[in-house]
Amino acid sequence: MTTQHGRRQLLLIALVAVTLLVLLASIRYGAIDFSITEITHAIASLFPGQPEPTLDQRIFLELRFPRAILCLLVGASLGVGGTLMQALFRNPIVEPGLVGTSSGAAFGSALFFVLGGVFHIGASLWSLPIAACAGGVISTYLVFLLARSREDGRASIVMLLLTGLAVNALFMSGIGFLSYIARDPQARSITFWSLGTLSGASWKSVEIVALSTVLGSIVAIRYAKQLNALMIGEEEATYLGVNVNRLKWIILSVNVVIVAVATAFTGVISFVGLVVPHILRMLGGADNRFLIVGSALTGATLLTLADLIARLSVRPAELPIGIVTSAVGVPVFIFLLRRRQYVF
Amino acid sequence: MLVGRDITFRVGSKELISDISASFTPGGLHLIVGPNGAGKSTLVKVLARLLRPQSGTVEYEAVDVARAGEAELAKRRAVLSQAIEIAFPLTVREVVMMGRYPHFSGRPGPTDEQIVDEVMRHFDVTEFKDRYYQSLSGGERQRVNFARVLAQLWDHTTESCRYLFLDEPLTFLDIRHQIDFMKRIRNFTRDAEVVTVGVVHDLNLAARFADQILMLDGGRIVANGPPAEVLTTERIRQVFGVEPTMVQTQDSGLHLIFN
Repeated sequence: MTTQHGRRQLLLIALVAVTLLVLLASIRYGAIDFSITEITHAIASLFPGQPEPTLDQRIFLELRFPRAILCLLVGASLGVGGTLMQALFRNPIVEPGLVGTSSGAAFGSALFFVLGGVFHIGASLWSLPIAACAGGVISTYLVFLLARSREDGRASIVMLLLTGLAVNALFMSGIGFLSYIARDPQARSITFWSLGTLSGASWKSVEIVALSTVLGSIVAIRYAKQLNALMIGEEEATYLGVNVNRLKWIILSVNVVIVAVATAFTGVISFVGLVVPHILRMLGGADNRFLIVGSALTGATLLTLADLIARLSVRPAELPIGIVTSAVGVPVFIFLLRRRQYVF
Repeated sequence: MLVGRDITFRVGSKELISDISASFTPGGLHLIVGPNGAGKSTLVKVLARLLRPQSGTVEYEAVDVARAGEAELAKRRAVLSQAIEIAFPLTVREVVMMGRYPHFSGRPGPTDEQIVDEVMRHFDVTEFKDRYYQSLSGGERQRVNFARVLAQLWDHTTESCRYLFLDEPLTFLDIRHQIDFMKRIRNFTRDAEVVTVGVVHDLNLAARFADQILMLDGGRIVANGPPAEVLTTERIRQVFGVEPTMVQTQDSGLHLIFN
């Protein structure tokens, strides 16, 4: 235990270092590159007594920097979301994108934009994330309701994935419809919702996503030990003193909130939540206390790398980030599906 | 002391067990036998409070367990079940440490580490403590699970009585492992003064190891007492529908041969 514990701590420290490095690259390179001096000057200009920021510095402070931070937060949310879903279903091939949470949240957000245009609802700071959460709750609940077997009330993984597929298709076509009738420019962009992008990042979105990511992760870490017990089965976890129903509700709620809030500002980004816990398990085992912290860091790192690729590969234009994550995630998903050792 | 009073458990309108009353003493190995569908597993789950009966009570030390908190209960009640599958890479030591989960919050303390090492030595699993659970054979896995369950009940410091339940833990094990496990369970029950209640399928194992046998049929108690009193030719013919021949052996007592 002590050696494994030490190894995990080293891994986490290494992950923090890698995350910071990737963050640095992310704020340096893009449509225009900023040198380290420019970055320090731009950040220095925020403090009183310094000269007003130049145009370049303002581009950095108002576009590049919040985007990089949002990317870290969304990656962390998706990574933690994936770990929570996999722990909850005791199966390494589920993730928020596959059980409808992301598409439902995107639908909720798109609907909010469209209705906001029609009924002139004032778009307050919190209404978008709340709409996304409502959509995420409805779609996730729908998937579980439909996937449940009539005999014992439990959802098999095959049913869960197939139902998730159908519900995802339903909500994505709903988004398509909304984009078609929408007047709001953001709702009109279907690629935004279906493929995901971080181009709309602002400090406001950073604040909200930071709140849900940090709070959600703290709650998740508190329940990590109970999630560990769940790995050996629901009955066994009960014998170890876990209130399984309560645990399920808490974890599912945390998961829906962190994923839905992230999706509200970036659209659907799939496969991050699938790949991240898997990488970590290969490196440091399956203890959820390690996995949750690690998947926040790894998710942040991977999504930032994906965002760098999205921005640099066709610059000065950019790819939707979902294209990058799917290109990497789909092969991994198929590989996992085909591995025999996972029982469905 | 474990006491069940007038327990009835039903699913829908079907009664799985009806009006069961029995008491189980510390230090005694109590085994439940009966044909398939007799309600053995249901009774064990009700006594372990995984299932809550529609009527009747289960009392640990004369206190109704219906209101006990899950976490508090787990400090003195453990259950050894059938083969457990784990879809994630957990090491043997991590699995055994789970038995200590009810006893610490956050990280395991020195006592927990020490107990885990002790039970792993006790069950000869120390040599593969760093191996993944999935890579073990059926017998090895069950030894690990047994170590985990005993780690949960290992403390002698707690004043209150401890309860061990066996939910068909011998299924899928070969005969050598079955006998080995029954010996370990009997010894632990006696040495630690634990109340042990379990389900086994093999009547000969029950005859050889049980202090008390409770025979169920159709959800009701048919007989309850020492093996020699419960396992009679007449009763086995009635309940199981087979014709036994009783043999008294020198070392292991009563033995049954089925024609």
